[in-house]
Amino acid sequence: MMIAELGHYALVLALALALVQACVPMIGARKDDPVLMAVAGPTAVAQFCFVAIAFAALTMCYVRSDFSVVNVFENSHSAKPLIYKLSGVWGNHEGSMLLWVLILSVFGALVALFGANLPARLKANVLAVQSSIAVAFILFILVTSNPFLRIPDAPLEGRDLNPILQDPGLAIHPPLLYVGYVGLSISFSFAIAALIDRRIDAAWARWVRPWTLLAWMFLTLGIAMGSYWAYYTLGWGGWWFWDPVENASFMPWLAATALLHSALVMEKRDALKVWTILLAILAFSLSLIGTFLVRSGVLTSVHAFATDPTRGVFILAILLLFIGGSLALFALRAPLLKQGGLFAPISREGALVLNNLFLVSACATVFIGTLYPLVLEALTGEKISVGAPFFNATFAPLFVPLLIAMPFGPLLAWKRGDLLGVAQRLVGAAGIAAIAVAVIFAMEGGGPLLVPFAIGLALYVMAGALTEILERTGLLKVPLATAFARGRGLPRSAWGATFAHFGLGITLLGVIGETQWSLERIAELKPGQSISIRRYDLHFDGVTTRQGPNYRELAAHFTVRRHGDLVGVMEPAKRSFPSRGTATTETALMTRGVSQLYLSLGDPNPDGSLAVRLYYKPLVLLIWFGAVVMVIGGALSLSDRRLRVGAPKPARSKAALSPAE
Amino acid sequence: MKRLCLVVAVLWLMVLSPAVAIGPDEFLSDAALEARARALSKELRCMVCQNQSIDDSDAPLARDLRILVRERLQAGESDQQVINFLVARYGEFVLLKPRFSWHTALLWLGPAAVLLIGACGVLLLARRGRADSDRVTPAREKLTPAEAARLAEILRQGEQ
Repeated sequence: MMIAELGHYALVLALALALVQACVPMIGARKDDPVLMAVAGPTAVAQFCFVAIAFAALTMCYVRSDFSVVNVFENSHSAKPLIYKLSGVWGNHEGSMLLWVLILSVFGALVALFGANLPARLKANVLAVQSSIAVAFILFILVTSNPFLRIPDAPLEGRDLNPILQDPGLAIHPPLLYVGYVGLSISFSFAIAALIDRRIDAAWARWVRPWTLLAWMFLTLGIAMGSYWAYYTLGWGGWWFWDPVENASFMPWLAATALLHSALVMEKRDALKVWTILLAILAFSLSLIGTFLVRSGVLTSVHAFATDPTRGVFILAILLLFIGGSLALFALRAPLLKQGGLFAPISREGALVLNNLFLVSACATVFIGTLYPLVLEALTGEKISVGAPFFNATFAPLFVPLLIAMPFGPLLAWKRGDLLGVAQRLVGAAGIAAIAVAVIFAMEGGGPLLVPFAIGLALYVMAGALTEILERTGLLKVPLATAFARGRGLPRSAWGATFAHFGLGITLLGVIGETQWSLERIAELKPGQSISIRRYDLHFDGVTTRQGPNYRELAAHFTVRRHGDLVGVMEPAKRSFPSRGTATTETALMTRGVSQLYLSLGDPNPDGSLAVRLYYKPLVLLIWFGAVVMVIGGALSLSDRRLRVGAPKPARSKAALSPAE
Repeated sequence: MKRLCLVVAVLWLMVLSPAVAIGPDEFLSDAALEARARALSKELRCMVCQNQSIDDSDAPLARDLRILVRERLQAGESDQQVINFLVARYGEFVLLKPRFSWHTALLWLGPAAVLLIGACGVLLLARRGRADSDRVTPAREKLTPAEAARLAEILRQGEQ
């Protein structure tokens, strides 16, 4: 069985190819040699093939439960279901880094294959920069985190994967997140290539935007998926913990969101060039920092399943090299870039600058809060905690102005806008919000003022997002068919923005509903007893034990009635995994509209009663549903003719002809 | 039979699983006091856990702390007194929201500083942009000799 060696060998070959790809095309671009530049494309594809072979080899080792491979022995078990054998490939440090590199090479190959309309020099430089990242990370894998190492005396059985990770969530969450993380490398490579080439124009922004959009979509889905996973796995109904590892994915998301918006200004108006380049560098730098935080074990948090200082130092070196190098290059070359289109403070550009200001400040807040305790401890040895209460107190004040301003953006004209006019057009949205505030205030019968206003804000964001589409299609004013036809005629990117902004409003509504109106019951029940929450009565029928493929399960049966009518059964469970001697809590969820009943098992007592935690979570599903709507918005925008990869040239020449002031 | 089944299951679980987060046995009978205890618990870190409040944690230490918080509250202490007591005993590390002091100044003021610096930067650039446009626009709007002649021609025709 030489599969592991084959994978190892393929990875070494990929490293050699990456080295070639990192150097030759860049030299070619410098010497203006088309032959050398043309090396980039085929090597990028070949590099992808070899990394894919390495990844497939590791996957094979897992599928065959080859415990002579250390990585498989430590993280797998022969009795584990196939899906967890597959997802277990990236459920550990070494495998997840290999997935990281695989996605990196996929993006490189995609640029090589679909970047036919890119100028040769730009393409060569982009692929060279992209490959230099690959060199660093393949080297990292081979030197410090080789997944193909063997054990001289192969054990008969593996140590199994951490039971918490034996969940469909692991199959989906990391790949989505990594596509997002690593996808930002393309924007980074484009930025560095532009700086090397000293040429940045509106066309550059147009090429970069689809890649950033793609990465942003996956990042959004990945974060939402991770949040839902945490929600149903951890057993106390939280969905966001401001955990450093969550923050590590949230920071690139905030930066990527800012980048999407600033690239828009650059594409349309040839302005904010220097800033957009800087954001592209920062967004990927934050991805790298996130990788460092998670992979180095510098944090000891729920997610960090890797701890080894040599790795930390290696990643830190990569971090310093890429972030430091790119920022130095930026400092050197940015003053040479000519600033483009001018605009009045009250304009679409102005609104997008405001958007960037707040998003970047929010990102900085998360950054400071995440790293401050680490830095303080490293410098003074003093230990402090920065947790959810800090982030809630600092993040919200930065996000509220952003949300208030958000509906204004798409309604303002480019160059010079009419604030009062836009405010008048948003009267409808504000009216809806005001009615909601009044209704909820009346319903709550006093209570804290925060809740009605927060709900009002969410509805204002949603209605505000729809305003533009309503006006442009003339819905409510012209016949439905006409409005429909107009709607079809609108650019997809306009629909995209509407969906994305509307989705954020939906998420906000879910967040407020869940945090402010959640109900909780914690009780000890014996079979035959009932517990009720809101209008639901849950009757504890009893428990059964079951044998799973690699665990034993204790399931409790509850019959759920609403006003006496049977609505279903809930079966929360506890699973114990003998291979690791650990247990997991399997939460039972019952979806009612967009709300959920959430039931998890707690302490068993010697007297035969069982502790249960029951929650009613109103609007909770909107949190993730909103994220999906945002991603649909991204997809619509991506399908816009203008951004389509390999879109016909006329669109480009038109942009070039448009006056740049 | 059902009962036996449960007893077996419970015994089996007790070996395997630790207590999960706050349990029903810990609740205070006084609802107002209990609400204060819950709110306090959410602000306090379970020190042996990773980024969990004692309210969320299932570690034995978290349970001890929850009980301790309730005992102090029942003894009539204010929220602040309870926090002071815990900080004196365990250090600042126990607080999930650090207090403002010289060594956390950067943490608390950092976000506002970034926003302020950013806003100043934007304003400065906007002003410079406007100055540039003032400088550039008149030059651009200055007529070439040919255009001046043409304008004079048009004006003369208007006078006639």
